[in-house]
Amino acid sequence: MIQLLRIELYKIFKRPRTYISFGIVTAITTVIQVAMLSDGKSFLGFALQGINEQFDIHGNILNGYLVAYIILQSLLIHIPLLVALVAGDMLAGEANLGTLRLLLTRPVSRSQLVLVKFFASFLYTVLLIIWLAVVALFLSLLLFGKGDMINLKSDAFVMLLQGDVMWRYAAAFLFAILAMTTIAAMSLLLSAFADNSIGPIISTMGIVVVLTILSNLELPLFNLIKPYLFTTHMIGWKGFFDDPVPYAAIARSSIILVVYTVVFISATIVYFNKKDIRS
Amino acid sequence: MAPILEVEHLSKSFKTFKAVDDLSFAIRRGEVYGFLGQNGAGKSTTMRMALGLIFPDSGRICINGSEFNNSRRHLLRSIGAIIERPDMYGYLSGWENLKIFAALSGSSIPAARLHEVLDIVGLKGREKDRVSAYSQGMKQRLGIAIAMAHQPDLLILDEPTNGLDPQGIAEMRALIISLSKDHGKTIMISSHLLYEIEQVATNMLIIHKGKKISEGPVQQLLNPDDTLTEVAIVPDDSITAQLTVSAWAKYVERTGPGLLVFRMNPAHTPALNKWLVDAGAQVQSISSKHSFETYFLNITSDTTAAHRAI
Repeated sequence: MIQLLRIELYKIFKRPRTYISFGIVTAITTVIQVAMLSDGKSFLGFALQGINEQFDIHGNILNGYLVAYIILQSLLIHIPLLVALVAGDMLAGEANLGTLRLLLTRPVSRSQLVLVKFFASFLYTVLLIIWLAVVALFLSLLLFGKGDMINLKSDAFVMLLQGDVMWRYAAAFLFAILAMTTIAAMSLLLSAFADNSIGPIISTMGIVVVLTILSNLELPLFNLIKPYLFTTHMIGWKGFFDDPVPYAAIARSSIILVVYTVVFISATIVYFNKKDIRS
Repeated sequence: MAPILEVEHLSKSFKTFKAVDDLSFAIRRGEVYGFLGQNGAGKSTTMRMALGLIFPDSGRICINGSEFNNSRRHLLRSIGAIIERPDMYGYLSGWENLKIFAALSGSSIPAARLHEVLDIVGLKGREKDRVSAYSQGMKQRLGIAIAMAHQPDLLILDEPTNGLDPQGIAEMRALIISLSKDHGKTIMISSHLLYEIEQVATNMLIIHKGKKISEGPVQQLLNPDDTLTEVAIVPDDSITAQLTVSAWAKYVERTGPGLLVFRMNPAHTPALNKWLVDAGAQVQSISSKHSFETYFLNITSDTTAAHRAI
């Protein structure tokens, strides 16, 4: 199994398209950082319009912590797409390439292959989130410096002291890995159904977009199902920037995401073990 | 000794389409077993079932006497295969592809063995090139190198000459014969071209619409009296009239002005030529070929032949 995983990772990181995701993250992040460097103060003035009338805020407000938070909010939909680019290609891409039948004529168990593909997707997700942390957080800190962080919400704002922020980012990135692993698992399941990778990637995005809209619609009908949608829980990372941190809600979201991941992977194994390989 | 591959009453349907219908056959060690049938006859489906890629609806498959379903992973160690196109990772080199699939073979294969198989298939010196830069023939040969690197007892090659140019076909044929004669491999090879099977196989099975039509040693199945002989002469009604009352009349068919087709043993060609010349015909050409189409049409239209098993 370790050998299989090593081979899988070797294939992923030898393929040029793998690095597209890292490039996209860098590009989006840099664009936002440049925009904030050139016009961040007026953006912040507009965002703090109501607050400035009631509070006297001093210090480096436009700091690396705030810029990183703005970047993460902007990438809410993009990161799942980047994860799906690799996870959705895992089985369907092999089928499309024709290598799946060659792989399965080797003494490799299908369950092992699915698990290895999942672990490889997971490791790719971890690296992508780490890269996001490097370019969104550490680069922003270099460009904008440190300071107390203002977390602007629709009905309130939270002021976090600069010494109290870094651990929150670490926890938020860990939570993001969990959420994106659920996306990777779903994408892998869709990948098992298909013989080309476009279908699973588009389907993953379609599901994420539709469920995210449902998660955000304030209608009684949807309120019933919202607690069961994984998209409702994917934004649990934001909880780490509240004061106090809603640990119970975050724990519940984490458990639901883990359950979704296990269900997706189990379904992939069951289906793939019965699938006729005709590609 | 148990057959290296034994298939009993194998059936498989895709929705309403019956791809393989109650198929049984056995391949013995050392044979080159030809699997002949038109496109869609059920060849690839059967081979895929023998490799565990497709699950049969019924029937059983045994490798070296052991039930395939009971120990798939163990038995796959003794098989090497190319199914349809030998697709590989185009962004990796031939060597990297070979190493990856060798590492998945279930046994430790030394680098020297990998170099040896590259040498056997004639890819030495090109192994560092990306596979995306390989010709179809090179990919086929790399596919065979991958299939045989772990020294399997049985090689399953599905249409290995597909997409190759004439030189590539000749090289592939020579390689298959060499694998059998020089390396002692048992080979199951499929094709829709009778000529290809005839060149390399010792035994063959003909499959049509998923059913076994005929099976036996190639030379016995290919009755030389069924060889298609096409004669082109300058159109001449008197020659045609003489033919209808001659000893050749029972063989001849007219297919066009001056075009005559005989189903006869090629050994009779000189006598036919002499007869035509003596009769005053201006012979333009005489050619013999054992085309699959004619042979296949013969065998599927002849109910007696259809059930013959030698």
